[in-house]
Amino acid sequence: METRTVVITTFPRLMLEHAAQRPGAPALREKEFGIWQTLSWQQLATLVREIAGGLSAAGLRRGQHMVVVGENRPRLYAAMLAAQSLGAIPVPLYQDAAAREFAFPIVNAEVAFAVVEDQEQVDKMLEVRQECANLTHIWYDDPRGLRHYSEPGLDSIDALIALGRAFNTDQPAYVDAEIAQAVAADTAAMFFTSGTTGNPKGVVHTHSSLIDRAQAGAVFDKLTNREEVLAYMPLAWIGQNVFSYAQWLACGYTVNCPESPATVHIDLCEVGPTYYFAPPRVFEAMLTSVMIRMEDASAPKRWLFERFMTLARRVGPQRMDGKQVGTIDRLLYALGNLAVYGPLRNSLGLSRVRVAYTAGEAIGPDLFSFYRSIGINLKQLYGSTETAVFVCLQPDHEARSDTVGIPIAGVEIQVAANGEILVRSSGLLRGYYKNEAATAEVLTPEGWYHTGDAGFIDAAGHLKIIDRAKDVGRLQSGAMFAPKYVENKLKFFAHIKEAVAFGDGREKACAFINIDMEAVGNWAERRNLPYAGYTDLAQKPEVYELVRDCIEKVNADLAADDKLAGSQITRFLVLHKELDADDGELTRTRKVRRGFIGERYQVLVDALYAGKNSQYIETAVKFEDGRTGMVAADLKLMDAKTFPASPSIQAEPVEARRAPRTSPSTSSGRTEVGA
Amino acid sequence: MSRKTGDVILDVQNISLAFGGVKALTDISFNVREHEVRAIIGPNGAGKSSMLNCINGVYQPQHGSITFRGKTFRHMNSRQVAEMGVARTFQNLALFKGMSVLDNLMTGRNLKMRSGLLMQALRIGPAEREEIEQRAVVERIIDFLEIQAYRKTPVGRLPYGLQKRVDLGRALAMEPQVLLLDEPMAGMNVEEKQDMSRFILDINDEYGTTIVLIEHDMSVVMDISDRVVVLDYGKKIGDGTPDEVRNSPDVVRAYLGVGH
Repeated sequence: METRTVVITTFPRLMLEHAAQRPGAPALREKEFGIWQTLSWQQLATLVREIAGGLSAAGLRRGQHMVVVGENRPRLYAAMLAAQSLGAIPVPLYQDAAAREFAFPIVNAEVAFAVVEDQEQVDKMLEVRQECANLTHIWYDDPRGLRHYSEPGLDSIDALIALGRAFNTDQPAYVDAEIAQAVAADTAAMFFTSGTTGNPKGVVHTHSSLIDRAQAGAVFDKLTNREEVLAYMPLAWIGQNVFSYAQWLACGYTVNCPESPATVHIDLCEVGPTYYFAPPRVFEAMLTSVMIRMEDASAPKRWLFERFMTLARRVGPQRMDGKQVGTIDRLLYALGNLAVYGPLRNSLGLSRVRVAYTAGEAIGPDLFSFYRSIGINLKQLYGSTETAVFVCLQPDHEARSDTVGIPIAGVEIQVAANGEILVRSSGLLRGYYKNEAATAEVLTPEGWYHTGDAGFIDAAGHLKIIDRAKDVGRLQSGAMFAPKYVENKLKFFAHIKEAVAFGDGREKACAFINIDMEAVGNWAERRNLPYAGYTDLAQKPEVYELVRDCIEKVNADLAADDKLAGSQITRFLVLHKELDADDGELTRTRKVRRGFIGERYQVLVDALYAGKNSQYIETAVKFEDGRTGMVAADLKLMDAKTFPASPSIQAEPVEARRAPRTSPSTSSGRTEVGA
Repeated sequence: MSRKTGDVILDVQNISLAFGGVKALTDISFNVREHEVRAIIGPNGAGKSSMLNCINGVYQPQHGSITFRGKTFRHMNSRQVAEMGVARTFQNLALFKGMSVLDNLMTGRNLKMRSGLLMQALRIGPAEREEIEQRAVVERIIDFLEIQAYRKTPVGRLPYGLQKRVDLGRALAMEPQVLLLDEPMAGMNVEEKQDMSRFILDINDEYGTTIVLIEHDMSVVMDISDRVVVLDYGKKIGDGTPDEVRNSPDVVRAYLGVGH
């Protein structure tokens, strides 16, 4: 397809090139004691050589693994580069993981060396060391609280640097010779995927796979060495690692490390990044804080804000798509830019953003278009740890909330018979560490990677992800049933907190709904609708009407899509209790456990399909303090209107068309955020 | 964790304090060693805050003497005490609510500034350089207490637990040898108490500051103190390590309640 460029460099060599070409340019910044401290490429190269010397003196050798745990800190970045300089493999782990979660990676990769941020991480490492005797060396960045620790093998990075200086004086050419010895096909880093079942798997990436994808992404978005990036997500997450490490070295731009996790927003405003990456929940939190502050604003300001936001919703997305806008609208938008959008972008810290990406979970259409309407070039991408992130990206004028973009240079995409997306690119993992069985499951001999996501390429050539492949079912009619896709669509309504869709192997689709207590409670209060609590509110006829409206809107959307028209919800009920992780109904990351819920509420599922109008149910619940109790209720069951699949689309399925604006996307479910 | 406590730094001898007919303190004697965490406990109205106020120079006791670093004094005002290296926090916060966290902490550096009011106001002469130096010290405290996110926030807008932390920070800005903490954890939730306990121990550890604290929460006191003084109705009824105090029958009767 495309001409592939072959990567022949490694991360440490990229760093040395930047240091040679632009020695004084800023490589890393960190806010410390209230002031941004800059580390130039030259200084970084010196620091890396010193740490590498120290690690070498301590016994780190080619092919060995070294754990790195902590927030984004310049010296942790330098430690990763130092390990790679020696041909060793850095393994970043989630800093918020519990100590026992470190045990598996450390034993699995026979890790003897760890570079960590602070006392908290040291404590965890020392705890883990009781079962992982192989962990002999631990270095820490921040000495606070560690003064009285006298454990063997524990020392500060300062001591490591001093060791390295002595080593490099003895053998001045050693580190550079080691850097020169490495080739692009060597293993560069290993990332452990969280894995919902069983042990985590170590995803092995080479210099070539990471750099290839980093460069492809950079070319796609025309990134330069003048970009500013704020690194605030865990380094163990491939998303952050690619944006602030692989692409940092590939492009030579500046990475800024926030002062502390609590100051991220302040630092964002101060740095004004030009290239920004965040999961949807971060964008959602930013929007919420804006809305709360607007509600407290004076009436004229609110009026102005609402006026211009209405205009932005109408005109903004078209402008971002590069379409022509009427003269009056253009003038009004320019006025709004002066009065509202500009200041808003500034207070969000996004005024300099040229390219912003979101990935990791589905993003709500309203949320997505809010940012685009005020002139922020927010786009989606699709990828996972195994594919070194960059598989599909949205081009600048073609961002949609329900697709994840086009395959970029070097990527081939295939849709398997079962709807699963297969990817082939030079950015694929080498394999799972010491787990050939798992590797064989996802990587075919022909080099195709099984993403586990179901989806299709739409008429405009954009990839649309529907669900996890294993969750996609069939109705009795043979039509595709994508429960998560439907559930996500429902959840984008503020009044619906959770939804569980059933339909695999049945004649039609039905759903359980959890209302959002806060949103619906507010709604009820404004209507003078008295209620006693969740169970009472959930069963109000008015609430049922409200939910039915939402479902029918979703059905109308689904009908517009011939592949998904069969997934329309025909009947529903509002559950009498909130789904709760303590009752095993949700996972700890708040994903619905559809199978478990189906069994637990079997009688309700049966009642929905039997066409009953009400059903009595008693459910045991666990309270926070561990006591159990019963919730009983007579649940109403209700029909929802469905729509025939749009004939125009069935007749001309190939015609280029835009999916409805209100549709959600289930994007790359695999690039999970957090531990 | 083992802390090394040194010689007696503060020696309180036979202090008596009365307000008219009310005897707030009667013949109290105890000492504080360098680097230790010393707690003063007692039921409401036992005279704990009065005791701190005597050490602090706010009240002048009618009898007795206080020896600080071998220097005995009877009558000292708060400023003199502060200049000797004794700082305190207040039970009912005494911060400048309208000023930012940073400015509040800078006021704690006031004693260390040499340039006069006019020079500071106009930023002339050495005043600017001096302010930069003081700011550097304050920034270390901000980092230490993990309040970077609130540097520019007016104190009045912060939640109570954070205000307490700012109050502590301001006392710390004086770089005191002895830190008097008046109920540093009053009104806090469990998590805030844990944070505060950690900060107190870290201050004691990192800066080597001697700490005298009044606290109601027994579990906190027993956890972080090296020695405890127990007051009841202005009299000392116990003095020793947390274990000794906990097992003293007088203390149990007066404060901890009688087991049934």
